[in-house]
Amino acid sequence: MEILLPVLTGILFSVSIYFILHRHLFKLILGLILFGLATNLFLFVVGGMKRGGIAIIAQGNEVPVEPYSDPVPQALLLTAIVIGFGIQAFAIVLIRRVYQTFRSNNMDNLNNNEKI
Amino acid sequence: MLVVLVLCLLFAFFAPRLYRLLGRYVAIPMAILPFGIFVYLLSFFPEVLRGSYIIQLYKWVPALGINLQFRLDGLSLLFGLLITFFGGLIMVYAAGYLKDNPLLGRFYLYLTLFMAAMLGMVTSDNLFCLFLFWEITSITSYLLIGFDNKNVKARSSAWQALLVTGMGGLALMASFILINLATGSYTFTELLAQNTSFSGHSYFAPALILLFLGCFTKSAQFPFHFWLPNAMAAPTPVSAYLHSATMVKAGIYLLARMSPVFAGADAWGYTLVVIGGCTALLGAFLALQHTDMKAILAYTTISALGQMVMMLGLGTTVALKAMLVFLLAHALYKGTMFLAAGAVDHCTGTRDITRLNGLARLMPVTALAATLAALSMAGLMPFFGFIGKELLYEAALSSKIYVWLVFGLTFLTGIVYVAVAVVLSFGIFWNKVKHPTKLEHAPGYMLYLPPFILGFLGVAFGLAPKIAVTPILERAVQSISRGELVELELALWHGFTKELGLSVLTIILGLLLYKALKFVQSRYAILNPVYNLGPERLYHKAFDGFLVFAKKLTMVLQNGNLRRYIIYLILFFSALMFYVLWHDTPHILFASRVVIIQELPFHDVVIFVLVSSALFYLLGTRSRLTSIVVMGLVGYSAALIYIMFGAPDVAATQFLIETLTVVIFVLLLHKLPAFIYLSHQFKKYNYIAISILFGTVMTYTMLVVQDHTIESELKTYYGQTSLLEAHGRNIVNVILVDFRALDTLGEITVLAVAALGVFALLRMQPEKGEKP
Repeated sequence: MEILLPVLTGILFSVSIYFILHRHLFKLILGLILFGLATNLFLFVVGGMKRGGIAIIAQGNEVPVEPYSDPVPQALLLTAIVIGFGIQAFAIVLIRRVYQTFRSNNMDNLNNNEKI
Repeated sequence: MLVVLVLCLLFAFFAPRLYRLLGRYVAIPMAILPFGIFVYLLSFFPEVLRGSYIIQLYKWVPALGINLQFRLDGLSLLFGLLITFFGGLIMVYAAGYLKDNPLLGRFYLYLTLFMAAMLGMVTSDNLFCLFLFWEITSITSYLLIGFDNKNVKARSSAWQALLVTGMGGLALMASFILINLATGSYTFTELLAQNTSFSGHSYFAPALILLFLGCFTKSAQFPFHFWLPNAMAAPTPVSAYLHSATMVKAGIYLLARMSPVFAGADAWGYTLVVIGGCTALLGAFLALQHTDMKAILAYTTISALGQMVMMLGLGTTVALKAMLVFLLAHALYKGTMFLAAGAVDHCTGTRDITRLNGLARLMPVTALAATLAALSMAGLMPFFGFIGKELLYEAALSSKIYVWLVFGLTFLTGIVYVAVAVVLSFGIFWNKVKHPTKLEHAPGYMLYLPPFILGFLGVAFGLAPKIAVTPILERAVQSISRGELVELELALWHGFTKELGLSVLTIILGLLLYKALKFVQSRYAILNPVYNLGPERLYHKAFDGFLVFAKKLTMVLQNGNLRRYIIYLILFFSALMFYVLWHDTPHILFASRVVIIQELPFHDVVIFVLVSSALFYLLGTRSRLTSIVVMGLVGYSAALIYIMFGAPDVAATQFLIETLTVVIFVLLLHKLPAFIYLSHQFKKYNYIAISILFGTVMTYTMLVVQDHTIESELKTYYGQTSLLEAHGRNIVNVILVDFRALDTLGEITVLAVAALGVFALLRMQPEKGEKP
């Protein structure tokens, strides 16, 4: 998986950017969500991933036994995922609202502000 | 000095308020200030005359060598006195000239500010301090030229002056930095104290060229002369003060200051002589063809500046003497003529010499002042201008380089000066005609006294140079010739020398030129096509081209289309990454990776295939529900990956969040837009290319990073302390809720805000009467 994950993340990045570049509002949400996912995976890979070795101190020990994975990127990731969710939820609702107001799913039509 | 400058600033910024309080009597305090400073500067006279100089240091940014360090020696004092005395007269004159203008207070603000900057500049010892004041003079000049801000011509001229001198200012700063790097000195005092020239240094040539650029733009030397005639759009007091007597001489001042440092180099002398000579001739030549008094004066000013630059280029002691004497003489007579021209303009409403004649009876004092100045300009016997001209001839004849060229140019410009002087005095005031020009109103004393005082000084200095000006000029020459004290013999009568003969010849030829002026002017039209190719045209082309280019660039880069911004971001980021990866990092050895690929476990391959095929399916599907499901699948797979690599907490969160996202999505599904294809096929290919580029760059980056894993110290630290100090076994959780608890609190806040936003957006109903 160490070799596959960079490729997978790359594909994820490509697809998400392609969706973001789309004019369609729905695809924009998909793109945003996938981009967040890709970024998380990117952080995970760059943080140095190791198979096995959970960062939990076993009963009876005072310090974790090597090999165990680096807890710092994981903590970062947790934060990133949760914040990402906040943004996603807000984006979804916002886009619903925009669609309700403009009755358009084409982002290029949003530039005229007559309807607001 | 600092006190003086601060006082100036105070006066400047209170000027509009004073104007509201005092009305036009605001001129009284504003004129007292420069005269007060004049007296203050005079108090340094004895000390400077003893040959010493005064240094005052106020620390500003000592770490960078930028300090407010002032140096008062002969040259500074000469300029300082000139600036303040002139300033005082101009303040009085302006009150008469702009008496009905409601913006008089603002005018005094700019003018006093300018005076402060000019004073600061000529007394600065620190290079960067000088640069600062230099720039302020450019800016105040801009404000003053554009003072009549409803006039398009004034505005564009102000722009032009600011751009040209501002560009020169930048060059000047670069030059100062280079000089500083090469010599290590920040002040003139240090520079002058260094015995060795830095001409061998590799920075010498660029520093010199940049210095020239700065000084030539400021002093309106060819090919940057064009801004000065345009700057005549300013009110006449400004033209007289800034663009004749003081600011345009800043370049001359700086060149004079620097001449002990650079004078050894051949490039210095030849450049200055050639450029100064060109400017002197060009100015004189162009002056003849104009009929606007201010334009004539502007071009003769350019010519005179060229003369001074040429003299600096010669660099001999007699040339430096001639330069300074001529500078003083020029300031006196040119200032007078400008002020007289302004008075004429004010009283008759025109500045066209063909429509002005016989004014002497109507404005006698102005006529007298203008005539005194004109006689000085022509270089007649008892006037100070005569002494200046004699010295110029002497210096030109003793020139070491291009002696005939230098002398010829000096002689020719001398002839033109005589003709111009006759035009501006005899032609306007004394010419006997049947119908003299009518006055709209008689000049007030504020309009005729200042020019008269200046014109009178021209005679007084000429009659008694020994008492009035010789000592200070001697010290000024001393400060620009490496500290040697030179005897300055200024006298009207030297016996029958060849300079005297040449002076007489100049006057005769000048009078002949005046007679032939009508004929000469009629021939000028042939040259018009040549002027269209001049540097001013280049300036306009560059200016317009720049605007067009900027507009186009903005339209391309920032056209309001957000997707295009994203594309530029991605392309730029990819290019940067590409450069770094290619240039600075070791390349990946793909061969070693092949082994790893062969050893891949089966379930990894399954996840990979599953996710990638899901993504490709997502690209093609038109069903929203399917999209959501597929997206959920991708998210869950990511969670699986987290589990496989020892991150159960992350995986749990990912599962939870993914579920929630899917739920929200499905709940709102019927309110979200349905799919249709919007993009053009061609654009799609562009997008695909960009996306693939970005993905590839990211993949490559990750592969590189994997080759160079680093063991973080934090991991060990948290491992050691998690249980022992924070009493938790799950290290990730301990980090979140203990070590980095404040971060988590922030995160919760963000979520809460997002939740509020979501709630508001869902509940918010459009107000009545509005479209939903």
